[in-house]
Amino acid sequence: MSHTATSPSPSPQAVAAGPILVVNNIEVIYDHVILVLKGVSLEVPKGGIVALLGANGAGKTTTLKAISNLLHAERGEVTKGSIELEGARVDALTPNDLVKAGVVQVMEGRHCFEHLTIEENLLTGAYTRKDGRAAVQDDIELVYNYFPRLKARRGSMAGYTSGGEQQMCAIGRALMSRPKMILLDEPSMGLAPQLVETIFETVKRLNEEEGVSFLLAEQNTNVALRYARYGYILENGRVVLDGDADKLRENEDVKEFYLGLSAGGRRSYRDVKHYKRRKRWL
Amino acid sequence: MNPTTLRFGIWMLATPLLIATIGLGFQGLAAVNSAMFFTWGYFVEVLIAGLLQGVLYSLVALGFVLIFKASGVFNFAQGSMVLFAALTLVGFIEMGLHWTLAFVVTAGVMVLLAMVIEKVVLRPLVNQPHIILFMATIGIFYFLDGFGQTLWGSDVKLLDIGIPKDPRFILEGIFEGGILVNSFDLVAALVGAALVAVLALFFQYTRVGRALRAVADDHQAALSVGIPLKTIWVIVWSVAGIVALVAGIMWGSKAGVQFSLALIAFKALPVLILGGFTSIPGAIVGGLIIGAGEQVAEVFVGPLVGGAIQDWFAYMLALVFLLFRPQGLFGERIIERI
Repeated sequence: MSHTATSPSPSPQAVAAGPILVVNNIEVIYDHVILVLKGVSLEVPKGGIVALLGANGAGKTTTLKAISNLLHAERGEVTKGSIELEGARVDALTPNDLVKAGVVQVMEGRHCFEHLTIEENLLTGAYTRKDGRAAVQDDIELVYNYFPRLKARRGSMAGYTSGGEQQMCAIGRALMSRPKMILLDEPSMGLAPQLVETIFETVKRLNEEEGVSFLLAEQNTNVALRYARYGYILENGRVVLDGDADKLRENEDVKEFYLGLSAGGRRSYRDVKHYKRRKRWL
Repeated sequence: MNPTTLRFGIWMLATPLLIATIGLGFQGLAAVNSAMFFTWGYFVEVLIAGLLQGVLYSLVALGFVLIFKASGVFNFAQGSMVLFAALTLVGFIEMGLHWTLAFVVTAGVMVLLAMVIEKVVLRPLVNQPHIILFMATIGIFYFLDGFGQTLWGSDVKLLDIGIPKDPRFILEGIFEGGILVNSFDLVAALVGAALVAVLALFFQYTRVGRALRAVADDHQAALSVGIPLKTIWVIVWSVAGIVALVAGIMWGSKAGVQFSLALIAFKALPVLILGGFTSIPGAIVGGLIIGAGEQVAEVFVGPLVGGAIQDWFAYMLALVFLLFRPQGLFGERIIERI
């Protein structure tokens, strides 16, 4: 287990070893014909933050949806491999049972319930819980504690709040189910850099203070690798590279392809194009 | 005070004024045109009869709203659900059950029907475009229509559960000769009001009600937070089935249980456009406006243009609404962020 520069001290959860989630060589087919994931394996340690990186269409969202079992609603299917949560297979669970088991997904593009108020959005997040109104109310206060902005907007319809507030609402709503693990899909999408930083900062706090594990899919490699401890890079439905976050950040290929840095300073566009083309047809 | 209550308050004050203005207009017209007959007592009588008729429209519209809210599907089969429920109820009463017992059993049948519809029709069509689901409900319409009549026969049946039907005069002190009101319509109005109040509370304040509204907004997101869509759909179709049963009882006792009950659903369409497809209060207010509007138009304006206004008045009104306020009076505002 290694740590990024932003988290020098090991958090207690990170030390408690053993993976919470193991994805073993899964293959996903949409509509019976379109092969999207061609054998993806990954592991999330208990109390870890793992980043899933890659370009558009690499299979990040599909991987998350395969885990959360939302694929079925989109005519997708996991045809090979297995997914285990704390040692038990969860491939066949409905999303409802999976949320009860402690895994909840925050979908790409927020997906708040537009016509419900922020507070009602949070309450729907607690749908699967059976531990009484008082406990739910406590957790709402907890969410407001992490996202004070939401408290100020608690009575507003979610559809009228800003993109950042909606992202907070979506994460807060996921928290309301008291998850062990959150699958976070593109939290930075369409947000100002400063806000992205706030969101990731909160993710880190949740990880350290509440012990929630995170698997986050991100295009913003730079930010993701600063907050995650481990990273997987997906390309065309395969994991092409994985490693500790700080090692990935130093990796020449990652620097060049995802961080827009290269050893030889700026190169002309023609060189880059040539290089990439060669690489693709390898 | 929040804007919704404020708007509601303003309308509460403005509506009587509006009605009085319309009355005055008719009075003026009657003064210059001898083809028209107008007295205030008669006007109020027609208005009340129309409002009470409107409650029955609302009851049917309510079933549409419930399903549309929870699944975004326009349930074409709502009319045949009304017919099916009424036929089943009459069938059980003819078998010798007391009507209260028959009501309970029929409600059970409607829940069962909801489960079957969910399993056979909705589940295989998850995440298909709404138009596909709409087509499927047309299929349900014809199936239920035929199935109900196969089970219970296609004769016109009488449904009498002992609601008083005698006319009575009210407000005799204010208007000369008093106002004639059908006590059956009064009972129907009370039942409708109670049903709406219960549903509104259910949607606004319960866990399941909130989940229903969440599903209405975003299926995928609802799934992702662990709301089981299948259960939600069974619940909402069951509730719509029971509302259909109540509507079937009211219409059936009034007009007899027969095939034309299924067509009453089409009168609910303009009600929905007026009130908004997603609003329960909208279905009620829309029904009242359509009921009162068409009755008043028929009686007072009808003679001037040769009558038969009642047949198209509702649809004209709906058309005007579509032009100027497509989400209806109380529909959820179409949220557009700029």
